[in-house]
Amino acid sequence: MSQLKYFTNGLFKENPSLVLVLGTCPTLAVTTAAINGIGMGAATTFVLVFSNLLIAALKNLIPNKVRIAAFIVIIATFVTIVDLVMKAFTPDLYATLGIFIPLIVVNCIILGRAEAFAQKSNVIPAILDGLGMGIGFTLAITLMGSIREILGNGSIFNIKLVAEDANTILIFILPPGAFITYGYLIAIMNRMKKRYNI
Amino acid sequence: MEIIGIIILALLVNNVVLAQFLGICPFLGVSQKVSTSIGMGAAVVFVMALANLVTYLIQYFILIPLHIEFMQTITFIFIIAFLVQVVEIILKKAAPSLYQALGIYLPLITTNCAVLGIAILAVQKNYTLVESVIYASAIAVGFTLALILMAGIREQMENTGYPSGMKGFPISLIIAGLLSLAFMGFAGLV
Repeated sequence: MSQLKYFTNGLFKENPSLVLVLGTCPTLAVTTAAINGIGMGAATTFVLVFSNLLIAALKNLIPNKVRIAAFIVIIATFVTIVDLVMKAFTPDLYATLGIFIPLIVVNCIILGRAEAFAQKSNVIPAILDGLGMGIGFTLAITLMGSIREILGNGSIFNIKLVAEDANTILIFILPPGAFITYGYLIAIMNRMKKRYNI
Repeated sequence: MEIIGIIILALLVNNVVLAQFLGICPFLGVSQKVSTSIGMGAAVVFVMALANLVTYLIQYFILIPLHIEFMQTITFIFIIAFLVQVVEIILKKAAPSLYQALGIYLPLITTNCAVLGIAILAVQKNYTLVESVIYASAIAVGFTLALILMAGIREQMENTGYPSGMKGFPISLIIAGLLSLAFMGFAGLV
């Protein structure tokens, strides 16, 4: 039971996107549609879980001085796996996410968790932490993708909610909409944290 | 003519921060003061141009001849990390005054996803060596431009009242959104 807190930590209290404000680049870039959020979130979660696992397992073998370099090799390995798998099985999603798949390497959430958590913990908590952070990230970017897709395109998960020729607030799927939506989401999150004392 | 097109596209139309969402972390983190953002910008221009030069050579003379293109991500991130270290050491020895000015920004650049992103993009766009370096420099100047604009606005915001719940990231992101809106006006330029 006590292990569960490692998992729930990343979901809300330390949500990587909305509270820690890490991994901002993919959060802003890929959230033009809800489905992209799920795809990007799944890819990041995979890398996060396996890099946390491997780093926690190897923590006694990695010399302290070269630990960052070692972490980057481990992370880059899993990113390459995700990259090749997505290219082969989900070519459409791969084309949409584009450059941001290889850029998972420099997503600060992953290196951040490796440095702050995985290298000091055992394998099981590290996996749970990776899973919680990954799912928290996925939820946050899917939420943001949904908001932008509904407002900007009048649809959710490609299902049209308004008439085909209805006017939508196009700006929300363009770059400015990303910044503004994200700004308001963080503000709401701050407010909720203060209100309910979480 | 083509080169001018690349420069305008990279600098204004597809601004790296405001349209392509690369390098958001330093954009939000190091934009409190105009003076520090100039320092950061100069360091990014330097490293980005150099990184594109080296990654181009690696891509076309090592990865492609050996058919190990899938190693691109892992090789490039190492090259960039290594390059930043080398630049830091050389600057410290050869130009101490420049090092004083740029020193603290250099380590931050390894985690700037714009450097890796632009190196990969330049390869994807099949640029030649010269085009690749010019592209990277223009992108980096665009990054600096966005950073300085942002810092200027944030300095003014210090004395302005806005809801306390918007303090910090939310207000910065909304300013960035408005800047990005303004930059969309350049879209018809090329």
